[in-house]
Amino acid sequence: MSDDHVYLSLAEGHDDGDARWAFGTGFEDPLHGVDTTVPDGVDVGELTGRCLALADDALVGAQRLAQWCTRAPELEEEVALANIGLDLLGQARLLYARVGQADGTGRGEDAYAYFRDPGDFRNVRLAELPNGDFAFSTVRLLVLSCWRLAVFGRLATAAEDPVLAAVAAKGVNELAYHRQFAADWTLRLGDGTEESHRRMVAALREVAPYLGELLGAEPGFGIDAESVRDEVTEVLGQVLDAAGLTLPDSGTLAGSGRDGDHTVHLAPLLAELQSVARAHPEATW
Amino acid sequence: MVTANASLTSLTAQRARRVAEGVPDPELPMLTLADLGVLRGVEVTDDGTVVASLTPTYSGCPAMAEMRADVASRLRAAGFERVEIRTELDPPWTTDWITPTGRRKLGEHGIAPPGPARRRPAGPVPLELSVSRRAVACPRCGSADTEETSRFASTSCKALWRCRACLEPFEYVKEI
Repeated sequence: MSDDHVYLSLAEGHDDGDARWAFGTGFEDPLHGVDTTVPDGVDVGELTGRCLALADDALVGAQRLAQWCTRAPELEEEVALANIGLDLLGQARLLYARVGQADGTGRGEDAYAYFRDPGDFRNVRLAELPNGDFAFSTVRLLVLSCWRLAVFGRLATAAEDPVLAAVAAKGVNELAYHRQFAADWTLRLGDGTEESHRRMVAALREVAPYLGELLGAEPGFGIDAESVRDEVTEVLGQVLDAAGLTLPDSGTLAGSGRDGDHTVHLAPLLAELQSVARAHPEATW
Repeated sequence: MVTANASLTSLTAQRARRVAEGVPDPELPMLTLADLGVLRGVEVTDDGTVVASLTPTYSGCPAMAEMRADVASRLRAAGFERVEIRTELDPPWTTDWITPTGRRKLGEHGIAPPGPARRRPAGPVPLELSVSRRAVACPRCGSADTEETSRFASTSCKALWRCRACLEPFEYVKEI
C-alpha cells in the first residue's frame, strides 16, 4: 500500500466492484442478486408507474428532511430527521432499481434520481413544499407517513410483484417508527405552549389542501382507495384529538403531482440534488 | 460416487459458512454478520459457486455494499474462487435474529441489546399514544432507571437512552 496519497492507497486493490474503502463511492445496485423477473400477469406499466411515484415521494421527502441538518431545534431531532430521511432514501433506491429492471431499459437508480426533469417527477406536492417551521415539517411528516404506512401495509400482501411486496413489507417497520415520531411531536406541540399550539394550527391549515391529492388517487394493485383513506383519516383523527387539534375543512387544490403538476418549489430542490451528477455525468470517484 | 460428491459439497459449504459467519459488521465490528442475523445462508451450487445471502437491516443501511464486498473478499481469500452474493429482502430483517452471542457482545460494549420485537396482528399498524416505553437496563451499571432521549441515534438500528442512576448516555438497539 503506497503512502503517497492516502485516498489512492485506500482505493488500491479494490477494483473488483469492492466498495469497502469508503461509503458513497461505489454505490451498486441495491437489488444486487435479487431475482428480478417480472411475474406473468403483472402489468409492467402499472408496476413502474406505482414504483416511480412511491420512489419520488421518498426521494423528495428525504431531501427535505436532510435540509433540517444543522437547523433542527435539538441535536436529537436532527439525528432523527436524518435517520428518517435515510430510510426513505433507501426505499427510493430499491424502488428506482425495480423500475429500471421492470421497464426493460436496464437503467440504474441514478438515471431516475438525477437525470429526470421536474415535470417527470410523480411525487405528491406536499412532499416538495419547503420545510417551513418545525410544526409544518412535523404535520407533513405525520400525514405522509400515515399514508405511506397504510399503502405499504397493503402492498406487502397485494402487490403481485414480489420485489415491490418485499420492499413494502420491509418499509412498514420503518414507517411505523416515522409515524410514531411525528405523532409524538404532534402531541407535544399541539398540547404544549400557546405558541406551539398556534403554530400547529397554522401548519394544519397549510397541509390540509394537499390531502386530497394524496388520498384521492387510486393506490393500484386492486387496493381499495377507500380503505386507505379510512385508515389515514382515523389515525390522523386519533393523534389530532389527543393533541387538542382538529383538521380544518378546506378545499382541495386542483392538479396533482402524480400527473407531473408541481409547485415552483420542486425545480430548485432538484437543481440542488442533481447538480453534481449533471455537472459530471457518469463520474466515479 | 454421488454420495461422495454430496458430502464433499456439504464439507465445502460448512467451511464457506464458517468463513462467512466470521465476517465482522462494518458498523458494529464486535459483532459478526451472523451474530447480527444479516447473513441468511451460505450454499454451494453444483458448479462449486459459493452463494452467500445477506439481508439489509434497514432499507437505507449504507453499509450494505460494504458487507457484500467484505463477505466476497473473505471467501475469496479463503480460497473460494467463485463467489456470489445475493440480497434477500423477504422476510425483512428483525432484531429477533440477533443471536444470544450477539446480544451478549452488544451489552459488553455498552450497547443495550433489543428486547423481543412486537408481533403485530394482520391489518393496520396500531399507533401508541400512551407512554408505554420498554424498560431498558443500563448496559454500564445495570440500573432499570433509564429513559429514552431519542428513538433515533448514530445508526438506523439504534436509539439513544440515558441512565438516571449512573447518568451515562447509552445506545440501544431498538426492536424492529
